[in-house]
Amino acid sequence: MRRARWVSWLIMAICTVYFATPLLCTFEFSLRLKRGEYSFAAYENVFKDSRFQETFLYSTVLSAATIVFGTLLVVPTAYWVQLRLPRLRPVVEFLTLMPLVIPAIILVFGYVRIYNSSSILPMTSASWSTDMLLGCSYITLALPYMYRAIDTGLQSIDVKTLTEAAESLGAKWPSILFGVILPNLRVAIVSSAFLTFATVIGEFTMASLLDRPAFGPYLQLIGASRAYEPSALAVITFLITWGCMGVIQLLGRGRRGSVSASAY
Amino acid sequence: MAFLEIENLRKTFGANTVVQGFDLAVEKGEFISFLGPSGCGKTTTLRMVAGFEQPDSGRIAIGNKDVTGLRANQRQIGMVFQSYALFPNMTVAENVAYGLKIARRPAAEIRARVEEMLALIKLPSMAQRYPHQLSGGQQQRVALARALSINPQVLLLDEPLSALDAKIRISLREEIRAVQRKLGITTIYVTHDQEEALSISDRIVVMNEGRIDQVGTPFEIYNRPKTRFVASFVGTLNIVQGEVLDAALGRIQIDGQEVKVSRGLNGLASGATQAFALRPEAVTLGEGGDGRNRLRGTIDQVSFLGSVVRIRVRLKDNAILLDTFNNPNLTPPEFGSAVAVNFGTEDLLVLEGGERG
Repeated sequence: MRRARWVSWLIMAICTVYFATPLLCTFEFSLRLKRGEYSFAAYENVFKDSRFQETFLYSTVLSAATIVFGTLLVVPTAYWVQLRLPRLRPVVEFLTLMPLVIPAIILVFGYVRIYNSSSILPMTSASWSTDMLLGCSYITLALPYMYRAIDTGLQSIDVKTLTEAAESLGAKWPSILFGVILPNLRVAIVSSAFLTFATVIGEFTMASLLDRPAFGPYLQLIGASRAYEPSALAVITFLITWGCMGVIQLLGRGRRGSVSASAY
Repeated sequence: MAFLEIENLRKTFGANTVVQGFDLAVEKGEFISFLGPSGCGKTTTLRMVAGFEQPDSGRIAIGNKDVTGLRANQRQIGMVFQSYALFPNMTVAENVAYGLKIARRPAAEIRARVEEMLALIKLPSMAQRYPHQLSGGQQQRVALARALSINPQVLLLDEPLSALDAKIRISLREEIRAVQRKLGITTIYVTHDQEEALSISDRIVVMNEGRIDQVGTPFEIYNRPKTRFVASFVGTLNIVQGEVLDAALGRIQIDGQEVKVSRGLNGLASGATQAFALRPEAVTLGEGGDGRNRLRGTIDQVSFLGSVVRIRVRLKDNAILLDTFNNPNLTPPEFGSAVAVNFGTEDLLVLEGGERG
């Protein structure tokens, strides 16, 4: 017993060192812009750069849209497959895995070919429609993570019986989906949202080849042209991602409390 | 016209016929149990009444209205599931209020109704708890309150006690029956537990392989089983093979010993082999008086069951189990001793389909 605990602490320590060392080194390096002293000058440069604010905002908005529309697509699909079409499950699982099998570069070349300005559906001819195309491509990229997270959530509740219970009480399917199924998938949706955010915020290939001002291409640009700022950016990105995770979890927890307070 | 009418219901899953020729008329306020082993079609029949499955043919009518084509959410039926199926994201009060909210009842009415329901199931202090904070028995009571909150025309219970432990099972089944009596609600209760069905039902429907074997009061089902299946499924029973000697006089022989049967032999040919049922509690040790049947054999098993001692007497091919009350002042009969057993001529029941399963 005592020995097992000692071993698990050792493993924890090794892992912590393994993950923390590169982060700490990056952080230390990002502070050395001014010769002979530690300063946050590199961070100042990053925050002062208007392109940082613009691209980060752009990617955040786009990832929020991806999360909302992706969830609206995936939850009803996974629900329906589980409830009525269990035999289609392997097919749907295979489809959702495709984005992992097909490299993003191939996907985006396909997009450019199908949706270019001289095609039937010229989505790349205006920037707003290119944004929509990029959003759709992000939904595709996030599909494997989203579907798996939500499907796991659906499996952890008894979807069929809960649906039947609600049905016998007179509920129709929209109120079952939004009133009974969705609230019980909160944790699954939060983790799917987080995975989607992490995928979208740093995505490079799609945004770069569709020529949109996203955060991924900006990271690449800075990384290629500066020395200390990329490290500062890396640290900032980490902090933002962790912050988002914390905030989403707090929100998720808070919602249950407010539900119980407003009974009936 | 009965309140709930089920006519010639049939359901197949692929090549599998799970329910066929199902006819039943249930009066308003009746408590009916569907009893049978797993796979006998009882749950499928219940699900067709609820509207979760569509029958291939047949008709279901509630209160003179044909509901066969209606979806579950249009039938106004209360359903209680084996797995409770409470909504985990809602409190007890919200669960009970759900059906009323869906029906857009005014908030004040919902609040009053929820209070009334929680009082009915004796859990008024649990209103703000979540399902995961309740025991299994409490969850099932909340599920009952939720099903009853919408004032359903029919209450359906699908093995509601199977997931609970023995003690809770007995107290909760009494509670379910008390609530049902109080509200006078027409109820169908699915179970595979014969004791449960016998103890709470007005009538029992015994099902076997998708068909109804017998419908009757618990008393009838237990004392006058019509088929060999009903006889063996409901309670412990002796099934003996006899040879008909003279049907008109009620004479048969069991392993070469002649006995009389007072009814049910008409139409059987002499020399035919026929199965008879005999309840262990109808048989007593000893010679018995005049007019009683008598069989001789040797004791080959004695089981002490507490209040009852169960003895098996071997004739030749047949053996007869009999129950005697435990008497601390008497020593139990000895293994291997030769004895006589006696029973009334009316206790031997002729079973339909004598050679069947």
